[in-house]
Amino acid sequence: MTLKKSFILAVNNLLYDKMRSLLTMLGIIIGVAAVIILISLMDGMMGMVDEQFAELGVDSITVTIQNRGGSRTIDEDDMYAFAEENPNFIKAITPTVTVAGAEVRNKEYDLTTSVTGVDEHYYSMKQLNMGSGQFFQYVDVEKKRNYCVIGTYIEKELFGTGAGLGQNLKINGRSFTVIGVLQEEGDSTSGSQDDVIYIPYTAAVSMSSSSFIGTYTAQAANADDVNSAVTKLEQFLLTKIGDSDYYNVSSVKQIMDMASTITDSMQTLLVCIAGISLLVGGIGIMNIMLVSVTERTREIGIRKSLGAKGRDIKSQFVIEAATVSGVGGIIGIIAGSILSVVFGNMLGLTAYPSLTAIGIAFGVSVAIGIMFGYLPAKNAANLNPIDALRHE
Amino acid sequence: MATEVPLIEFIDIYKIYVVGDTEVHALDGISMKIYKGEFVAIVGQSGSGKSTCMNIIGCLDVPTKGKYYLRGTDVSAMKDDEQAEIRNKELGFIFQQYNLIPKINVQQNVELPLMYAGLPEKEQEKRALASLEKVGLLSKAKNMPQQLSGGQQQRVSIARALAGDPSIILADEPTGALDSKTGKDVLAFLKKLHSLGNTIVLITHDNTIAAQAERVIRIQDGRITYDGEPDITKFASVAHAGDYVEDTE
Repeated sequence: MTLKKSFILAVNNLLYDKMRSLLTMLGIIIGVAAVIILISLMDGMMGMVDEQFAELGVDSITVTIQNRGGSRTIDEDDMYAFAEENPNFIKAITPTVTVAGAEVRNKEYDLTTSVTGVDEHYYSMKQLNMGSGQFFQYVDVEKKRNYCVIGTYIEKELFGTGAGLGQNLKINGRSFTVIGVLQEEGDSTSGSQDDVIYIPYTAAVSMSSSSFIGTYTAQAANADDVNSAVTKLEQFLLTKIGDSDYYNVSSVKQIMDMASTITDSMQTLLVCIAGISLLVGGIGIMNIMLVSVTERTREIGIRKSLGAKGRDIKSQFVIEAATVSGVGGIIGIIAGSILSVVFGNMLGLTAYPSLTAIGIAFGVSVAIGIMFGYLPAKNAANLNPIDALRHE
Repeated sequence: MATEVPLIEFIDIYKIYVVGDTEVHALDGISMKIYKGEFVAIVGQSGSGKSTCMNIIGCLDVPTKGKYYLRGTDVSAMKDDEQAEIRNKELGFIFQQYNLIPKINVQQNVELPLMYAGLPEKEQEKRALASLEKVGLLSKAKNMPQQLSGGQQQRVSIARALAGDPSIILADEPTGALDSKTGKDVLAFLKKLHSLGNTIVLITHDNTIAAQAERVIRIQDGRITYDGEPDITKFASVAHAGDYVEDTE
């Protein structure tokens, strides 16, 4: 019997009792859909995590230092000098002085936000884009000018969209002039990327109680080799400070790697769990195929009396099982693809089923059909034609 | 006739079933020869061994002892798949219950033996349709079996038996499930096939049906008790001519 005929026969048998076929396939449908949904949601989540880290800059390195006092300390000049001496590792470095919970107001409105003091390098390091005006320059930092660059949320809240440039605002009572408004990056809401105020770090330092700068943001010279820049920085800090407890160097890359290790193993776990439902589906198919062989004993007898060999019968039932699970797999793929987009939207992820996931799901479901169809098929092939013919 | 190789040759065939401690001799030393072109009826009551005899002729079963030569080939010790091939090439079955597969249409049913013979699809279709034409059911080729009457279904099964052009047509109680008129039609059709040169072996419990054959072999308790002309007075103890009679058990 040709493969094509077996396949047509299998499809006919599927259509013969649609309800039962559907129930038989249900296990496979659910299993395949679950695998696809899980893989695509996890992919979507990883994509989102990566994206958010990428916004921080994959080449970004954060250095935090505690003031140890005495000569065993470090200031921005040391850091700048280090960066200049190691252009192969560090592209740029800037002090990052945060004025947390700063009260910001103009004549009419006020709000509380985080104000960050940086130098002029920050603009290119973070690949910021100006909507209007400009970022502060070296000279502004040097002269501790009370200039600020604000995000669109701040502009909208205090001045109204498009009306911020050149205006004055007060940060913790000190007056600053808005010399630039950044382009909208997020959705201009509180806590978004548009809820930012940048001022020269020198101005920020003069507003805080201590002149010590504890945080720096550096940019690695090579985004693919952030780790060697981290190592270089650590060596430098150790020689300067002498105790590794007093500083910490961390990179976005390290966090990203850690995150993807975690999500990878979580994905494996979830897919294994979904795999169990595929296995259960396979057993369901075996069950129905065994019933089907019993029900069709007479048909098998007729076929044998007409000259069907054991392998003809066996291949017929194996192909039938594979078709059942293959069709179930296709339905599962369609359902899984639709549901992963739906769930993705509900969770705010961009989740779309990957071709790999679809390929694996389909392959596995057909393989399960063949695997679990084999035993019933073998039983069918071994039926004695006389007994089979007499079977009612 | 003497030098011709018999189509079917049984040499001292035994079929013994062991039931518990006792041996049941379903066939108890049967020897016979059936030649090409014959129309033979094997007649016997139920339990006489005629069904076992048919199973062995039909290569559905193997004898416990003895030799069965089909066209000069020893088929008594063949493996399942070899037997399947013999069934496919040499034998055409007509069953009491027609044994058509309900899920596929008439033409596909008739194509089955051709499909298992490995013929190309075009050839399968051509031969199946030719075979259906012979039994006068070409117009029903696309119908499903259950859409046909009993007599028509039996004719489809005859078409299926003929499709592979077998050397023997083996009919097991072919009229058993039909009313007497349709039964007669089927019997008349078998006679016609015989007149066209086909070898027909008819298994029945009914003496009057057996009497339609050219030669009658009567089996009782696993042995041949009569082999010869279909003279009802000679091979049957009780018979009512002209009607179908159930054998008393």
